[in-house]
Amino acid sequence: MAIEVRIPTILRSYTGGAKQVTGTGSTLGELIADLDSRHGGLAERLVDGGGLRRFVNVYLNDEDVRFLDGLDTPVKDGDTVTVLPAVAGGARRPAIAG
Amino acid sequence: MLRIPRALHDKIVAHARADHPDEACGVLAGPAGSDRPERFIAMTNAARSPTFYEFDSAEQFRVWREMEERDEEPVVIYHSHTATEAYPSRTDIALASEPGAHYVLVSTRDAGATEFRSFRIAGGTVTEEPVTVVE
Repeated sequence: MAIEVRIPTILRSYTGGAKQVTGTGSTLGELIADLDSRHGGLAERLVDGGGLRRFVNVYLNDEDVRFLDGLDTPVKDGDTVTVLPAVAGGARRPAIAG
Repeated sequence: MLRIPRALHDKIVAHARADHPDEACGVLAGPAGSDRPERFIAMTNAARSPTFYEFDSAEQFRVWREMEERDEEPVVIYHSHTATEAYPSRTDIALASEPGAHYVLVSTRDAGATEFRSFRIAGGTVTEEPVTVVE
């Protein structure tokens, strides 16, 4: 068993086109580090300065991890992690670029 | 080129008008690979702002999962500008994350006429495309 991670179209260049990859770890942060060891560059697209990037949504099963513990959220075998880029924009320049 | 049924075009315009002066946003889903928008999904603008939009993350998760279950994809992602032209802003370009989607911009700055334009946004490059409304 492992943790299943669903990858959005825009990040599949890091996974050789795969929609879904698997990894291990006891927290989301560890899981992302594990994925990055096989899919180099992926972590940088998800994490910035010790936290999740502002315009990347990561869900543990069906819960946005921002409402859990962010990168410290515990994960376990059998969980599904879904990455979705935020859909955002608008006339104003955002305070934090994605 | 974006080919869009009249009914879906009119729903986008109505949503943009209803939420004015805040920006409105949403999706037209269609069968994966078809390039055919078929299903109108108005999304909540979590930013509730006249100058910014952002899908509510929980709602986005539900809608994206539903599209996947139905073998659909976001064929069109739309939002409105309420005081500026219907052209992607620097923010829109920086945050565009669906290279396969048609990005529809609607401007409601003129109460009498609504601008409705479509773009591809990929790799930081904007390409406008013609819009054909299908009756």
